Amino acid sequence: MAANGAPTKLTQGAPAKGGIGESTLRPDGTLKVTGEFAYSSDMWHEDMLWGQILRSTVAHAEIVSIDTAEALALPGVYAVMTYDDLPTDVRHYGLEIQDTPVLAHGKVRHHGEPVAIVAADHPETARRAAAKIKVEYRELPLVTDEASATAPDAVLVHEHRTDHHIHHVPHPNIVHRQPIVRGDAEAAARRADVIVRGEYTFGMQDQAFLGPESGLAVPEEDGGVHLYIATQWLHSDLRQMAPVLGLPEDKVRMTLSGVGGAFGGREDLSMQIHACLLALRTGKPVKIVYNRFESFFGHVHRHPAKLSYEHGATRDGKLTHVKCRIVLDGGAYASASPAVVGNASSLGVGPYAVDHVDIEAIALYTNNPPCGAMRGFGAVQACFAYEAQMDKVARELGLDPVEFRQRNAMEQGTLMPTGQPVDSPAPVAELLRRVKAMPMPPERQWESSEGADVRQLPGGLSNTTHGEGVVRGVGYAVGIKNVGFSEGFDDYSTARVRLEVAGGEPVATVHTAMAEVGQGGVTVHAQIARTELGVAQVTIHPADTAVGSAGSTSASRQTYVTGGAVKHACELVRERVLEIGRRRFGSYHPAWATAELLLEGGKVVTDGGEVLADLVDVLEGEAVEVEREWRHRPTEPFDPRTGQGNGHVQYSFAAHRAVVEVDTELGLVKVIELACAQDVGKALNPLSVVGQIQGGTTQGLGIAVMEEIVVDPKTAKVRNPSFTDYLIPTILDTPTIPVDVLELADDHAPYGLRGIGEAPTLSSTPAVLAAIRDATGLPLDRTPVRPEHLTGTN
Amino acid sequence: MDFLRPASWEEALAAKAEHPTAVPIAGGTDVMVEINFDHRRPEYLMDLNRVGELAEWEVGEETVRLGASVPYTRIMDHLRAELPGLALAAHTVASPQIRNRGGVGGNLGTASPAGDAHPALLAAGAEVEVVSVRGTRMIPVDAFYTGVKRNALAPDELIRAVHIRKADGPQQFAKVGTRNAMVIAVCAFGLALHPETRTVRTGIGSAAPTPVRATAAEEFLNAALEEGGFWDSGKVVTPSVAKRFAQLCSAACNPIDDVRGTASYRRHAIGVLARRTLTWTWESYRTAERKGGVA
Repeated sequence: MAANGAPTKLTQGAPAKGGIGESTLRPDGTLKVTGEFAYSSDMWHEDMLWGQILRSTVAHAEIVSIDTAEALALPGVYAVMTYDDLPTDVRHYGLEIQDTPVLAHGKVRHHGEPVAIVAADHPETARRAAAKIKVEYRELPLVTDEASATAPDAVLVHEHRTDHHIHHVPHPNIVHRQPIVRGDAEAAARRADVIVRGEYTFGMQDQAFLGPESGLAVPEEDGGVHLYIATQWLHSDLRQMAPVLGLPEDKVRMTLSGVGGAFGGREDLSMQIHACLLALRTGKPVKIVYNRFESFFGHVHRHPAKLSYEHGATRDGKLTHVKCRIVLDGGAYASASPAVVGNASSLGVGPYAVDHVDIEAIALYTNNPPCGAMRGFGAVQACFAYEAQMDKVARELGLDPVEFRQRNAMEQGTLMPTGQPVDSPAPVAELLRRVKAMPMPPERQWESSEGADVRQLPGGLSNTTHGEGVVRGVGYAVGIKNVGFSEGFDDYSTARVRLEVAGGEPVATVHTAMAEVGQGGVTVHAQIARTELGVAQVTIHPADTAVGSAGSTSASRQTYVTGGAVKHACELVRERVLEIGRRRFGSYHPAWATAELLLEGGKVVTDGGEVLADLVDVLEGEAVEVEREWRHRPTEPFDPRTGQGNGHVQYSFAAHRAVVEVDTELGLVKVIELACAQDVGKALNPLSVVGQIQGGTTQGLGIAVMEEIVVDPKTAKVRNPSFTDYLIPTILDTPTIPVDVLELADDHAPYGLRGIGEAPTLSSTPAVLAAIRDATGLPLDRTPVRPEHLTGTN
Repeated sequence: MDFLRPASWEEALAAKAEHPTAVPIAGGTDVMVEINFDHRRPEYLMDLNRVGELAEWEVGEETVRLGASVPYTRIMDHLRAELPGLALAAHTVASPQIRNRGGVGGNLGTASPAGDAHPALLAAGAEVEVVSVRGTRMIPVDAFYTGVKRNALAPDELIRAVHIRKADGPQQFAKVGTRNAMVIAVCAFGLALHPETRTVRTGIGSAAPTPVRATAAEEFLNAALEEGGFWDSGKVVTPSVAKRFAQLCSAACNPIDDVRGTASYRRHAIGVLARRTLTWTWESYRTAERKGGVA
């Protein structure tokens, strides 16, 4: 226990060495694989209580009554709170639309919605107390899809909407609608030699991060609270929490705790407010940890989607037009739905040059589980559909699918459907060329001298085939993802950098509020500081709210934006150091005034390499500290009727080639290889870049062949909230992933870099689907593919 | 919840007699999940880990007496020759960590239709040794499963061991899951050739309320092999025979639609697995015959 009452077991480290461009090892890697890393769920505080949430057992119902008497009477219980016990009039929160009640009020809108919270001196006591709360429900009709949401007599999921989207949506059960119209798709369709239509379905994917939602709220002497939390964006949490708690933001302190993955699932609040409410109510520290079952209800999922597409092309293989309609199921609360609609629509055609487009994307309010951010964010669903379409058109034209894509590939200067020019390299055709050129894995690679190696076959260790029924297929896909927050959002980050002498050495400290969720941001920050300030020693300060916002660890943006902020702050520190140097030593050497000066190896040097002074001597006990906000180029909103506007900052491109073996009799799939080529602008840490690409590729494979939250359409209840029945790929399901990294600089971005984390998740899924179609000859218009779909037994 | 820790088998039996609601726990791979998910809150939990003999096995003339707690890893490492079907099934159980803890006694105690050991036990032929302070009973495994997650144990009985017939011919086990490892069965199939008695036995998992044998399929195949002189000639099994066998295995299923798969898929997949495992085992038998060895 630290003297100030802060919990022990906070983990934040800096890598030992390496500037940008080096494959510096991450400080948390060994700790994580050896089980030593302290996650937010490992925190402990003397005298702490355990919080527990009671969740709704039905999807849509009026709450007739809540009786907490028995729970409160249980020995060891310190507090039971419902909506009526909330301390202020602000009782809802939300990322963009504040439509989510902190605790259910009057009704519940989805299965697993928080209804009451309990604090007790033991987690088991808290669980039992929650079970003793009696909630009487009167069930309401369900809204579960577009038809039931927009029927003339549809029940409204939210009766009294006041958000800014309500004025332009055609129905109150539609959160947001974004049309994008450019050119004249109707006229262009008349010029098409072939027209191909398709209807596609995308299942509900879970982020399935390994560290469940957890945190520790510690009440403070000034009446405030300190929350130690695993999140993606401390300041966004803070902005939503403080008004509900009735505290000014400076009395809600937040420190990032060990995060076990995020993938978008920690953008929304989970237990943050609940833990703080209980801590403030009881005057004791309160820890809440979800178990895996609860985690499936504790965060939003990837929007399931229905997508209708029409593509037209001329005989010579040029797209004439694309029409599409994308219906995303946002579930009971808005979460990130509006922004997901913006992405799905603006990126709905893919990385192709098409002059005539007619796009519409909507997100529904339903009584299904709330959906929001997940890696790829709207672009994933669209990519699955438009890439299936591209294969269909190529087949109609008798063209090779890669060749057809290359003929239509966008390039620098191409206009997006939004009218925005792509103003940095867009090597779409080149990425496809590269994945196609990679050597193919050998045929019948499962054969060994001792017979079939079942690990290399569909079914794996389950021993379902020794080669019978197995057919190989190959498929290609390419995708486009925006980087950073779009549509006019003020997407800034803040960095505080300090340079001082400690122990006779210059030491830089980098302090940001960036959430390290496993993406490797702390490693990159230290690399940037080392490169910019020419020092070996860099300390990464724990991320907290004592420094300005770093924005979200999402949208592939942190290396770009917080990395950019760190770089910028370092540059300002360098300028000041050089000013000090000039003041102190300028008279000793003319180069101080005339030469371009750099900081290298702890020294001030000229661009010619001449050493002018040691940093230790320049600083002479003085510390130089700079805190600055940094912004990328501004964006603008999409026009609500035409979707025109410079809405995005930067694009990220990846292409995949999937090679699969399908057991066509049993409908089982083994992905043999998923080759990826991606342009990253500049690889600040090449090893991390490859890791991100392989991780994103694998997550895309998951939604292709196994991952899906199954919601019963009759009850809107989740049927598989466990890792027994929500399957994620094991190492045996993960193929070889050869990665070809391009570095074509984007001159607008720091170091020319490109956000990389999401693009590989897009094209992986459609590439696997294309390969399965190639092996089976089946149309396969939904993902994930289940054995029933491949064997006609659904 | 009271935690009982008998130091010996006799103490365990006495404790179970005194507290018939006590839930025995060995590897805990089923019980702990149920407790953690709050699906079960037994009044008494009885830890059998101090009863060392439960983790032992003896290879006899006719059978292997496999202690209830022998972990799957041991079966894979030490009993592959005697119990090839069960060793293959053991290989498909969950993850290495769980295979280090879980044993066949737990599969039998839980009696889930999805338990991986059941099809292999049914195909090999086995008897469950159940004991109480009243004495010992040997229950044929075919009669052990009485309903969904129900078995033939009396409230005061514990599973001591399983007596599994040593393989006298090739055995196979195959399981369908929607992941290539660490997956619960959508359905599973075990098949054992018994050249000594010139019979074939089967076991079906996850495709009926209990693990079952495809009795009609076995009878058909036994007759077809006998009539065609296949056991002596070592001929390739006629495709029409294999096909009919597969159809009868599918027909032995009584599956449900659930989140893991459809009933229709399960019936279909059991047929495919029946045909394939018959091909594999018969091919091994033929090969061994040709070499003049005993399979």
